[in-house]
Amino acid sequence: MTKNDVLLALESVCDPEIPTISVVDMGIITDVVVIDENNVRVAMTPTFVGCPAIDVMKNDVLQAVKGMGVEHVQVDVNFDVPWSTNLVTEKGRAALLKHGLAPPEQFDTLALELEVLNNVACPYCGSRNTTLKSPFGPTLCRSLHYCNACLQAFEGFKPV
Amino acid sequence: MNAPAVKDLLFRMADDELILAHRHSEWTGLGPLLEEDIAFSSIAQDKLGHAQAMYAIMHEHLDEPDPDTLAFMRNESAMKCCQFVELPNGEYDFSLMRHYLFDAAEYVRWTALTQSSFEPLAKLAFKIRGERKYHLYHAQTWVKQLGSQGSEESHARMQTALREAWPYALGMFEPSEADAALIADGVFVGEQEIYQQWMAFLTPTLTEAALHIPDQVEPVYGGRKGYHTEHLQPLLTEMTEVYRIDPSAEW
Repeated sequence: MTKNDVLLALESVCDPEIPTISVVDMGIITDVVVIDENNVRVAMTPTFVGCPAIDVMKNDVLQAVKGMGVEHVQVDVNFDVPWSTNLVTEKGRAALLKHGLAPPEQFDTLALELEVLNNVACPYCGSRNTTLKSPFGPTLCRSLHYCNACLQAFEGFKPV
Repeated sequence: MNAPAVKDLLFRMADDELILAHRHSEWTGLGPLLEEDIAFSSIAQDKLGHAQAMYAIMHEHLDEPDPDTLAFMRNESAMKCCQFVELPNGEYDFSLMRHYLFDAAEYVRWTALTQSSFEPLAKLAFKIRGERKYHLYHAQTWVKQLGSQGSEESHARMQTALREAWPYALGMFEPSEADAALIADGVFVGEQEIYQQWMAFLTPTLTEAALHIPDQVEPVYGGRKGYHTEHLQPLLTEMTEVYRIDPSAEW
């Protein structure tokens, strides 16, 4: 069993609030150590520190690795690798779009300017003629926008 | 590392976040616009997360009880929050002004903490820098808009809110006996330094908002030593009401 086998198994674990994206594609699995066939350690990190879904995801990760027949599984939640939306994979970005959420804009982690939120591409029609309505949405990681081209409100996955 | 000094710092910061999170959450369902309702609710949730993360650091590294016990089972006199965060929400102008003054302080404080020699705190500081930006952006936008781009009434209300908030806001930087050790160990730059950076940080925004910073004001101290306003105990009673019914319950 390799690290990749574990990652493959974790592709079945989804964010409970956005069920089309796996924890791997979300970029929140920060380390996997396969000690031997019966000992695996996984490190993960929350998107936002106050994310209420982290305990559910932690348990789902644990069960998924146990489901591979691994006897001892340890899942640690830590901030060793600080999560950023830049860690969302291409596949993850496509999954967000499929869920009707504008994927996060890529940005320089040291100089996040919130102006990038002003013209987020609409997930329905692709237009960038959009307006930020609020940087706060129904979950901590989402923002609210309005598309002036197709006249629809939409949500975005906000860059952090 | 001086453990009691680090705990003093973490209790100050975590208790501020916990209590202000509770105050912000009181806007849930009552905000003047739906977006504002959601904004205050989201910021409350983030702040609660930050408080929990700091209590968790104390639990894991400094032999303190678990985060729920720290948050819900301490008496009023053991709380180290500044009096600023306990004040009732008042009207929206006061809530916004407090949100701005607090988050500006938090911005400079957490930026300094990314350099902390206490690694768990430095990691947390680095982690939350993105979240924090959204809080500050929200507060700053409204302070500027209502200060200089609104009406005479909105300007007057924001100026009054600033005047009323100011003595309490200065209380965020109450000197602590722990600071000397924290500075010596490279854990934290100290309240005096944070206060100076905060003033430098605030001034351009408040000037742009056409708001006058009160001068010759006596700071309201006491919170860091466990002396609180009459508003804290009712807040604690309400916040811990469910938890205290059965502290051993699994949620």
